[in-house]
Amino acid sequence: MCKNIYADEKFKILDDFIDGMDEKEGSLIAILHKAQDLFGYLPKEVQLHISRKLSIPAAKVNGVVTFYSYFSEVPRGKHVINICMGTACFVRGAAELLRKTEEALGIKAGQTTEDGNISVDALRCVGACGLAPVVVVDGKVHGRVEPEQMDEILKSCR
Amino acid sequence: MDKIRTFNDLLAMREKYKSDIDLRTTLKTKVSAKETDKKDSAGVMHILVCGGTGCKSSDSEDIIKNLKMQIEKANLADRVKVDPTGCFGFCEKGPIVKIYPDDVFYVEVKPEDAEEIIQEHVINGRIVERLLYTEPNTNEKKHHHEDISFYGKQKRVALRNCGLINPEDIREYIAVDGYKALGTVLTSKTRDEVIDIVKKSGLRGRGGGGFPTGLKWEFAKKYENDQKYIICNADEGDPGAFMDRSILEGDPHSVIEAMAIAGYAVGASLGYIYIRAEYPLAIHRLEIAINQAREIGVLGKNIFGTDFSFDVHIKYGAGAFVCGEETALINSIEGNRGEPRNKPPFPAEKGLWNKPTTVNNVETFANIPPIILNGAEWFASTGTEKSKGTKVFALAGKVNNVGLVEVPMGVTLREIIYDIGGGIKNGKKFKAVQTGGPSGGCIPEKFLDTPIDYDSLTAIGSMMGSGGMIVMDEDNCMVDVAKFYLEFTQDESCGKCTPCRVGNKRIHEILVKITEGRGTEKDLENLKDLCQVIKDTALCGLGQTAPNPVLSTMKYFWDEYVAHVKEKRCPAGVCTSLLRYKILEDKCIGCTACARACPVNCISGQVKKPHVINSEKCIKCGACMKTCKFKAVVRV
Repeated sequence: MCKNIYADEKFKILDDFIDGMDEKEGSLIAILHKAQDLFGYLPKEVQLHISRKLSIPAAKVNGVVTFYSYFSEVPRGKHVINICMGTACFVRGAAELLRKTEEALGIKAGQTTEDGNISVDALRCVGACGLAPVVVVDGKVHGRVEPEQMDEILKSCR
Repeated sequence: MDKIRTFNDLLAMREKYKSDIDLRTTLKTKVSAKETDKKDSAGVMHILVCGGTGCKSSDSEDIIKNLKMQIEKANLADRVKVDPTGCFGFCEKGPIVKIYPDDVFYVEVKPEDAEEIIQEHVINGRIVERLLYTEPNTNEKKHHHEDISFYGKQKRVALRNCGLINPEDIREYIAVDGYKALGTVLTSKTRDEVIDIVKKSGLRGRGGGGFPTGLKWEFAKKYENDQKYIICNADEGDPGAFMDRSILEGDPHSVIEAMAIAGYAVGASLGYIYIRAEYPLAIHRLEIAINQAREIGVLGKNIFGTDFSFDVHIKYGAGAFVCGEETALINSIEGNRGEPRNKPPFPAEKGLWNKPTTVNNVETFANIPPIILNGAEWFASTGTEKSKGTKVFALAGKVNNVGLVEVPMGVTLREIIYDIGGGIKNGKKFKAVQTGGPSGGCIPEKFLDTPIDYDSLTAIGSMMGSGGMIVMDEDNCMVDVAKFYLEFTQDESCGKCTPCRVGNKRIHEILVKITEGRGTEKDLENLKDLCQVIKDTALCGLGQTAPNPVLSTMKYFWDEYVAHVKEKRCPAGVCTSLLRYKILEDKCIGCTACARACPVNCISGQVKKPHVINSEKCIKCGACMKTCKFKAVVRV
């Protein structure tokens, strides 16, 4: 990810991206995805910047950011662990994986550890139901995860 | 790449690349495991490796890399091709590698197996027995795709190209008659004729609504406007469903072609594919496909030299289940919160940007090209009286063979779960099958012989939905399952209407109460009433169908609800607050292993004398039961 670029440069990249859009009106979600990719999350400053650039009310931008579960107003951890809580994974024990992870890290789904290292979230169905239960760690899909394997996964993030 | 300017250009390109596909579709004499056909092993071979999300995460990309390396080493690159392909559906046994022309089907392949596959099979013509699929009932090894029981009752129409072609090469799609349907309609059919064919075929929406597709197109055609839109609903939010993902990853052009055909029929020049952000591989394959289609000329201005122009753009979702509802989806494309709109007016009249819009599901679109090419009667000859064609199901949960299956409508639940699915895992007892996702219901054993179609499943309190089929066994608590679904739906509720925003939350609270042992009989009464009110008054499908899992589990598993409320007991042994661990006096030999394993020291007893658990202090962790070697600790 673009971790080493200074904030100004990130805003410039975002502005160029917005300028390159054919239909700005319907592109808010695509723009927010790009902004979150660049900044890691969507703080107030970024939301205000986008609202000014698109000439739409900040309240509307915030309404969209808070509606969709993909967007986060708080920073995510260095490592993101997403446990799929789709039905197929649930039936094959995903709840136990989530409980174990929450217990081991001392945080609940949707939160980040104090040292900013690991974020945990419950994901709504990745569509890899053939490999239930599924855990996605930093974008990589792990299938058929047993509760004992969660320890290894957590260790690899530390 | 050569450009396609006329229909004849397309047919010429098809001839040019057909031989590649002929190798895969014209099966040579089956190679027996013992004998070798030296001629074939020195001839041309194609190795297709499943490149769907499931197999990719099990390192299928490394398998491809290693196979290519081995082929280079053996100097066979001019004769042996390796390509990724779409989902074979047999996810339980992935990664899958298929060898043509031998039609050999290898399962659970690892990257390290590449050397043996090349040396033994490709060079020496000897099948690698240990990688073949073994039928669980007969222990027979099967090398051919069609002999495997998982595929026996399947008929792959929407999934026809998944496992056959490389989805990242438009030429392979063209070689299997790709874009021929579009060419046919643009050069020899009127818009009304196209709509008529789709109407006569009996195709109904595969996203769950089951609305007749031809009729939907006819409505949108009726409303004259300078701009109309075709939208493909690729949001596939139902947890446990991955039919659309597989079609988009394995055969993206079938959807693009169908959207163009719809555009012609309806009078639209622009299409949008609204795809959920959780499907990065499908997005990637679609981007490649759209770019190739534009480059070659089957998308863009004046397709095949006619005055019909059509283009497709991708729009991303951002993690909102409600955006699978067509009006919420349209609001999302417009850059708004995904809140549904009142219907009427329907999207056919006032949809995206208030223009006439047709919204269809991925699988619905995937059926269109074969309907145009083979005719309405061909499609209508499969299926039941009111539900024509085939349906793709994502079979998951406690079955042996988890994966994607496509069957003619009318096949029974029992056939899918037992003949195709291989029965219940670990020899457990079947309890229920959940269909239709969070909008559907749980179907008990007595209805297993129900033939599957739109109407028969609705009649027994569930629905077909998008195709998710989750099998549950004796270890699943049906109250817990209902609670799981409500946790999902009330979280995903957009909040616009009171019945859903407030009502579904209340249902969830009552279910939590019940599973924690605080439920009362009045709660059960309230639950029933609340469910009915929400069904009648919610604004959109999400709210209206959210109570279905509760209503169907209450109908068929009432005794479980009663046990939770009256006896404070969970028959399936799932709801932790209701579990009680007990030591059987006649089985306990007083070895003290359980007392030592207990993290809260709530087990007491003398050595060689039966021990006792103090239920007040017990935290129900189950450590005692795991430790006891004499089966003396039970859950009651």
